Amino acid sequence: MKTGHWMLPAAAAFVGLAFNAANAAPPIKIGVIAESSSVSGASIPKAAQLAADEINAKGGVLGRKIEIVAYDDHNSATDAVRAFQRAAREDKVSFVIASYISEVVLALEPWSARLHMPMITPGAASDEISHNIYKNYNHMKYVFHGYLPSTFIADSVCDGAKDLLVDGHGVKTAVVMSEDAAWTLPLDNEYLKCLPKIGIKVLDHIRLSPDTTDFTPIFNRIEAKKPDVIITGISHVGVQPTVQWAAQHVPIPMFGVSSQATTSTFWKDTNGATDGVAFQTVASPGVPVTPKTNPFTNEYTKKFGATPSYAGYTSYDDVYMIADAIKAAGGTNPDKLVTAMEKTNYVGTIGRYVFNGKESPFTHTFKVGKGYVTGLMVQWQNGKQVTIWPPDVAQGKMTFPSFVKLPK
Amino acid sequence: MKALQILIDGFAISSLYATGAIGFTLIFGVSGVLNLSHGSIMVTAAVVAWLVAGSFGAGAYGGALVGIAAAVIVSLVTYGLVVRPIQHSRTIAREEKEIFVLTGTLLWGIMVQEAIAYIFTNNPKTVLPLIGGVVNLLGVRTPANEIAIAAIAWIAMGLLWLLVNRTRGGKALMAAAINPRGLTLCGFELGSIHLLVWTIYGVLAGVAGVLLGSFLGVSSDNAGQLTASAFSIVVLGGLGSVTGSLVAAYVVGYLESITAYLVNPSIRTVPVLVLLVIVVYLRPQGLLGRR
Repeated sequence: MKTGHWMLPAAAAFVGLAFNAANAAPPIKIGVIAESSSVSGASIPKAAQLAADEINAKGGVLGRKIEIVAYDDHNSATDAVRAFQRAAREDKVSFVIASYISEVVLALEPWSARLHMPMITPGAASDEISHNIYKNYNHMKYVFHGYLPSTFIADSVCDGAKDLLVDGHGVKTAVVMSEDAAWTLPLDNEYLKCLPKIGIKVLDHIRLSPDTTDFTPIFNRIEAKKPDVIITGISHVGVQPTVQWAAQHVPIPMFGVSSQATTSTFWKDTNGATDGVAFQTVASPGVPVTPKTNPFTNEYTKKFGATPSYAGYTSYDDVYMIADAIKAAGGTNPDKLVTAMEKTNYVGTIGRYVFNGKESPFTHTFKVGKGYVTGLMVQWQNGKQVTIWPPDVAQGKMTFPSFVKLPK
Repeated sequence: MKALQILIDGFAISSLYATGAIGFTLIFGVSGVLNLSHGSIMVTAAVVAWLVAGSFGAGAYGGALVGIAAAVIVSLVTYGLVVRPIQHSRTIAREEKEIFVLTGTLLWGIMVQEAIAYIFTNNPKTVLPLIGGVVNLLGVRTPANEIAIAAIAWIAMGLLWLLVNRTRGGKALMAAAINPRGLTLCGFELGSIHLLVWTIYGVLAGVAGVLLGSFLGVSSDNAGQLTASAFSIVVLGGLGSVTGSLVAAYVVGYLESITAYLVNPSIRTVPVLVLLVIVVYLRPQGLLGRR
């Protein structure tokens, strides 16, 4: 009798434990490495977590939950490599979503290859990332480039500039102003090629140090050349050139890439000085690039109080693509995951993702153009990001503050 | 035209440098402390001013005042929490105290900097300009705020001069710089003088931080650079010499501006560092140093 007293609850507990264990199969871990104190980087782990929560709410992948393991790399390649090693060796993640900084991603690439750890970057742009995969495919195939390579970004800016500036305002001359970084080398190269093709003569090409705080001498030099427009390539810097451009009433519009301007906090950070700044991006709040764009933006904004940066959209999509690849591969074997990722045909928040194969010099970047991912030109107007190009999704017309002068 | 631009731009930036560095040198002169959390205190002032002016709708002036108050608070906390305990410690040997204070303020500065980056991101913030618009100054389009910045920096330094030379507390402060033991023998409480100098320092660093935030914008990443720049100015001018710091601030400001306009903005701080090395070699006491 006595034994029976404790045996029943013990048996029940045992059954309960066994049941729990089956229900809670070990989660599939995805590592996210990004600088959490920067505006562009902070969106990456947050958006990834949002995607994981949504997938888990629907039952997870292969009956397992997705767990996001976030690491802060403080924008340092050394910290990022250490985090990557830890993610692979200790935390046993199955995939890594890494950084929006080209220098950091380039440092992680060989580790992804060495450790056979699949990796995708949601925001770095340097062409070198995909060229490295192309040059040594069998070794480097674990790396995916989940953002537009710089060359494509420059082409997208030129396409927008042709319609908006050349045809719309008779712009004939420009100065290219870019920060000195890995991602702007191919960007500037392409700017210098594609701008003349659309009828804009480049009068000067300025590469500024990302440490610059006083931009007055730079604007001074640009003004002396009397260009119709400043074509920008800035990401590490953003607030300071924008604020000084407005404070000094530099009469030349800024148009191009300005990554920090993609987030909604930029208006507040610049006290509204960003009014009139036009920038290229892949998705923008309120613009239904795909049916998934607005629901994601709304959910993210509700949860985190600000709209996602450009890397937030891609990071969110990355988690879904990884989940699909795990499903297709039937597990987390790295080689099978790579094969499954290469077959991706997924409509995310910024368009339809189809990766270029090993025959393309831009291996593992996604296809760009109609039916795939296309760029947008967005402009800050009275505290709002207004999409001004392409015409089929435009929410408004391009307009500048009164101190900016255009040829017509 | 370019010369005039350099003259105007250099003057504004130099005045800011001077305001920040004078507080820094004052503390060294009076209490022998090199405060390596200087940059973080300036950044705190700017970020708080940005926050209060923008998110709490206090406007440019309200934000600026709260920003300066924040700098005073952080300055006093630096003294009370980091510097004073080390100076009064019985377990740290007297000759090691300077190193401890140096390391303590450095680490404290990094903590403040990281906290700001964590809460507000390391994206630069810009304080609302006190005056908007641009003024045509002999053909140079100058933001009105830039002129206001130089004026306010000079008013702050003028008030400091009056305080030091015309008030009893200020005179005691100068006396403490010359002979602290003598001062205690005259019945002055050295502790309250230290408190006074850290308060004055907080005001000056706060003014400099807020003005810098409205002029160029400030990020938590700039903290180290701001400390280094104040340190260079103070060493160049002569440690502890207020006039030396003032002169050195203008030398540094103009040298940087000339480099940025005439050579390349990417190397604007390089000639200053070269000059610093030369001065340390040929005149280790600095331009106007006493020792």
